[in-house]
Amino acid sequence: MSTIEFRKDIFADERDDNLNTIGKPEIRQDILGHVTGRSPYFDDHKFEGLLHLRCVRSIHHHAKIRSINTSAAEKMPGVVRVILPKDVPHNINTLLSLIGFGRDDEALLQDKKVAYLGEAIVAIVAETELQARNACKAVQVDYEVLPHVLDVEEAIKPSAPIVNDQYPNNTFDYHDLYDHQKLRFGDVEKAFSQADHIVEGEYQMSPIEQAPTETCGAIAAPEQNDRYVCYTSTQALFFSLGTTAKLLDMPSSKLHFVGGTVGGGFGGKVDSLHEPLAVLGAHLTGKPVKYTYDRAEEMQVGAPRGAERWRIKDGVMNDGRIIARQFTGFFDSGAYTRLSSYAIVKGTGHLPGPYTIPNVSSNVYCVYTNRTPATAMRGFGITGVDFSIECHMDKVAEAVGMNPIELRLLNAYRDGDMKAHRRIAKNCALIECVQVAAQKAAWLISPQYNAMSSLKDGGGERAQIPPTMIDDVGKIGERKSREIPTEPSSNGSMSTKPPSTIEFKGVSTAMNTVTPDELARPDLAPPTNTSEIAVPRPVPAAQPQAPQRSTTPYQQPVVTPPSQIAPASAPVVPPSAPVPNEPYKPAGDFQRGTKRPGNSPFVSGTRRR
Amino acid sequence: MSKTPIQFTLNGKPTSVFVNGGANLLEVLRRDVGDMTLKYGCGQGTCGTCTVLIDGEPHLGCLTLAETVEGRQIETVNGMADGPELHPLQKLFMENFAAQCGFCTPGMLMAASSLLNRNPNPSREEVVEAISGNICRCTGYEPIIDAILQAASSLRGRAF
Amino acid sequence: MISVETFQTIQQASSAMTGNTAYLGGGTLLMRTLNYGEQDFEKIIRSTDNNLKTINDAGDRVIIGAGVTMAQVIAESSLAFLAPVARSVGGPAIRNMATVGGNLFAQHPYGDFTVALLAFDGIVKMDNGSEHDLEQFLSSRDNISGIVSSVSISKPNGQDFKYKKVSRVKPKGISVMSIAAWLPVSAGRPSNVRIAFGAMGTTPLRSKSAEKALEGVSIDASGILPALQALAQDFSPPDDAIASGWYRAQVAPVHLRRLLLGEVEA
Repeated sequence: MSTIEFRKDIFADERDDNLNTIGKPEIRQDILGHVTGRSPYFDDHKFEGLLHLRCVRSIHHHAKIRSINTSAAEKMPGVVRVILPKDVPHNINTLLSLIGFGRDDEALLQDKKVAYLGEAIVAIVAETELQARNACKAVQVDYEVLPHVLDVEEAIKPSAPIVNDQYPNNTFDYHDLYDHQKLRFGDVEKAFSQADHIVEGEYQMSPIEQAPTETCGAIAAPEQNDRYVCYTSTQALFFSLGTTAKLLDMPSSKLHFVGGTVGGGFGGKVDSLHEPLAVLGAHLTGKPVKYTYDRAEEMQVGAPRGAERWRIKDGVMNDGRIIARQFTGFFDSGAYTRLSSYAIVKGTGHLPGPYTIPNVSSNVYCVYTNRTPATAMRGFGITGVDFSIECHMDKVAEAVGMNPIELRLLNAYRDGDMKAHRRIAKNCALIECVQVAAQKAAWLISPQYNAMSSLKDGGGERAQIPPTMIDDVGKIGERKSREIPTEPSSNGSMSTKPPSTIEFKGVSTAMNTVTPDELARPDLAPPTNTSEIAVPRPVPAAQPQAPQRSTTPYQQPVVTPPSQIAPASAPVVPPSAPVPNEPYKPAGDFQRGTKRPGNSPFVSGTRRR
Repeated sequence: MSKTPIQFTLNGKPTSVFVNGGANLLEVLRRDVGDMTLKYGCGQGTCGTCTVLIDGEPHLGCLTLAETVEGRQIETVNGMADGPELHPLQKLFMENFAAQCGFCTPGMLMAASSLLNRNPNPSREEVVEAISGNICRCTGYEPIIDAILQAASSLRGRAF
Repeated sequence: MISVETFQTIQQASSAMTGNTAYLGGGTLLMRTLNYGEQDFEKIIRSTDNNLKTINDAGDRVIIGAGVTMAQVIAESSLAFLAPVARSVGGPAIRNMATVGGNLFAQHPYGDFTVALLAFDGIVKMDNGSEHDLEQFLSSRDNISGIVSSVSISKPNGQDFKYKKVSRVKPKGISVMSIAAWLPVSAGRPSNVRIAFGAMGTTPLRSKSAEKALEGVSIDASGILPALQALAQDFSPPDDAIASGWYRAQVAPVHLRRLLLGEVEA
C-alpha cells in the first residue's frame, strides 16, 4: 500500500518504536467520505429557499468612491436585499485584532476608498446567482481614480500614494517604534570586514494564488433559538467565528459555525470573509444565504501568498564558514494587513535559516500596495525567505569553490546552538536530512561530512549571546522626512545592557521571544550575572573542524549512483572523489525528468512507476 | 419563470425534475435532485470536478444545458458502490492515498470509471490522458494514477 | 429570464434567431458565459438536426458537420490526420462536448481545431447554403448571421501535415500557440504551403509570408530560415495571462522550426 520509506535508524534512541499508530502508515479517516462523495463540503447542504449573494467589486486599483447608486439594482427581478456598507454593524476590522495585534483597517464593504482591484463595495442577495450577477451589473459606482502603487519599494518612497489610511507610511508599525521588524545578533559590519568573501544576492517572487479546487464560500441560515448556523469552507473556524461576531456586533453565542471539510485550503482559507457577509445576509433576509467566490474571483480577489523581495549579504571565510548574514526583506501585504504583519515576525524568528551564523542582522518590511491583500500559504512567512536562503547558499558555495551540500552541513545548526532570535536550538535534524537526501540523489559528500551529526559540536561557546550592535534607525514616519537605506544600519552602538524582556502588549506569550532590540528570555541559558559573561568575539568561536580547503573551486565528480539501499541500513559511504581541477559547475543544464541508469534511488520496496 | 420538465435515468433510476431555462446539469443534479457528489470548481470546464457520465461518456455538468439530458443515462459517484461494497476504484483510491482534500475525487472517479469501462488494460499514458481534464491541487496525481492502474488490474482479475 | 427553444432542423432554428438569441453547439462556450453572467442573450436556440453530426467524403475534400464533436473526429478513421488536433482540445469530457462548429467561434487563446481547418483551406457552409472561405469567415465571425451547417476541407496525402500545440501546463493546457503546417509535396519540394497559427492574434491566422518563403525550399535548417524570419511580419500577438505578445513573437519561429524539422523537445 505505502511507498513511504521510514528511516528509523536516525535518532533511534530518542524514540520508543512500540506505538500502534504513530510512525505507521494509516488510511486517512476522511478518505472513505471522499471516495463515496459523502464528505460534506460547505455547499453540500440543501436549504429550501436558498438565496445567493454576490458583491459589486472595485474595477480600479485605487479610487475614492464619490457615490453609490443601487436604485436600479433594487428593482431587478429576484433581488431580495441590497446590503450597503452602512448595513454592516461594525464595519472595520483586522484579523489579528483577535489577539490584539495591529489596528483595524479593513471594511467588510467599502464605501469610502477602494484600495485594490476587486474590493467589495456592495452586496446583493437574490433568488438565483444569475439574478444577483445581473443586479450587481446595474449598480452604479462613481469613482475618483487615484494613483496606485504596485511595487513594495515604490510604496515606501515618500512620494508614493497612501494605500491604507491606518498606516500612512505604507508600512506596518512594529511595536510602536519602527517601520520594520528588526533582528540584531552580534556585529555584522565588523564580521564583514573580517570575512574573506562577501556574497550578495537579490531574490523575489510574485504573489502565488493557492488555487484550491473548491472556491471559498459559506452558507448561513437562521436556526432555531435565534441563532445562525453557518457552513463554511474556512480552515480557521474560530477565526471566522470571532471575526463574524466582531463585524456584525453579535454575541458569538448566536453563531453556530460548522466547518471541518475543506476542499483544499493551503492557507488561502484562513482569513476568509465569507461568513460575516453570509450571516449578515441571513440576518437581513431571514433566509438561508450562500456567498461564494466563482473561479475568477478566487484567482483575482482571493488572498494569495504575498509577493516577497529579499536581499541577502553574507560574509564568508575561505573554509566555507558563514560568519555574518544580513537580510533586507519586503513583504507585499497588499492593501490591508490581515496576516502579513505576523508573517514577518514569524519569518524573522526563522532567520538566518537552519544555520548557526554568529552575526545576523535583518530589517523586514510589511509594505502596503494596491495589490490584493495577502494571506498565508504553506510555510507562511518562511517559504519565500527559505527559497532565497537556499539559492544564496549555492551562490556562497560557488564563491568559495565548495561542495554546496558540504557547505550546508558545515554551517548547519546543531543542538544547543543559540539562534539569532535568542532561543537555544533543539531537536535539530538538518544535517541528517541533508545526508539522506544527498545519498538519495547520488550527490557525493566526503566521509567527514557524512559523519556529522546534529547531536555533536553544538552548544558551548556557540550557545552564547554575543554583544550586539543595535540601532534605532527607521522609526515610524522617519522615512518620509529623510532618505534612509532599507538595509540594517551600519551606524549603531554596541549594547552592553544586560538582556531584558520587553512585554509585548496583548500578544500571546509565544510571540514574546521576538523583540525589537537585543533581548533575551530570562529562562534561556545565559547566566544572570551579566557583567561577568565571557562573551565570545563576534567572529565565530568554536566551529566543527572544516577540512583543509584548496584554493581550487569544487566540481561534483561523475560517478554511477549507488544501488537501491534497504531502509534500515546506515548511509553508504561513497568512495573518495578525484581532486577537482575546474571551476564548480552543475553537471548539465537543468532538465525535468532526468533519466538515470539503474533503479531509481527514490524507490524503496514498491515500484511507483 | 416557467420551468421545463426533464426526465432521465440517474444511476439506473428514472428521475424527473423541473428546471429553469438555462440551468446547467451541475446545479440541477445538486440542488434539484440532491446528488451532491459532483462539485463546482470553476464553472468554466477547466477543473473537471463536475464530471458525470452521460450514456457512459464523461461530460462536464457545469457546461451541460440541463434540458439536453432528456431521456439519457447519467451516472455519478453515487452509482459506483454495490450497496455497501465499494467499487475497486474507490477501495484502491483509499489504499493509495489518492485523495487528500477529496474535492477532485468524484470527478477523478468518473473519469477513471469511464476509462476502465472502455479500456480494461490501460497503459500509464492512457490513464494520464483519461484524467487530463481533472485538476488535483493536493496529491500531485501520482497516487491517483497508481490507484487507477491497480483498479484496472483488480477488475481484470475479477473478470474470470 | 433565460428560455430555451429546440428545433428539428437548423433552418428552423436559424429563422428563430431574432432578438437576443444564441445558438447552442456543444455548450462549452455558451454555458461558460452563462455561468459567469456574461451572456448577451435571453434565449438559447438549439436543434436536434442529425445532419450536423455527419462526416462526408467528397472526393478531394471532406465535409464535417458543424455538430461533429472532437471525440467523433478522433474516432473517425477517414479523419485520422485530424485526430492529433482534436486530441489537443481540452480534456476527455470537453472532447465529448465541443463541436467543430463551436470551435470556429472560440475566442483567443482557444480555437485550436480551427487552426487546422484554416491550414486545409476550410470552407464554411451556412444553414441557408451560402459558403464562406474560412479565413474570411473568421475575420467577420462576430457579424455573421445564420447557423454554421458544416465545414469542408481539403484532404492531405500521407505525411505532409504536421501539427503541434504549445502549452505551459502538461500534459494538456491552454495554447501559448498552436501551429498547423500543410506542406504538399510536388516534384520533391513543398508547393501550395499552408501555415496557420492559433493564439497569435484575435483569431486563428495564416502566415502568408512564411508560406511564400517555404515554396520550393528544401526542408532543412537553412532552407526554412527565411520563413522563420518572415513570421514577424504577419503577427502582432496579444498579451494575456498565458504569455505576453512579446514572448509569443519570440518563440513562434522556434516552435515552427521544431515542427518542420521534427526536432524532439527536451
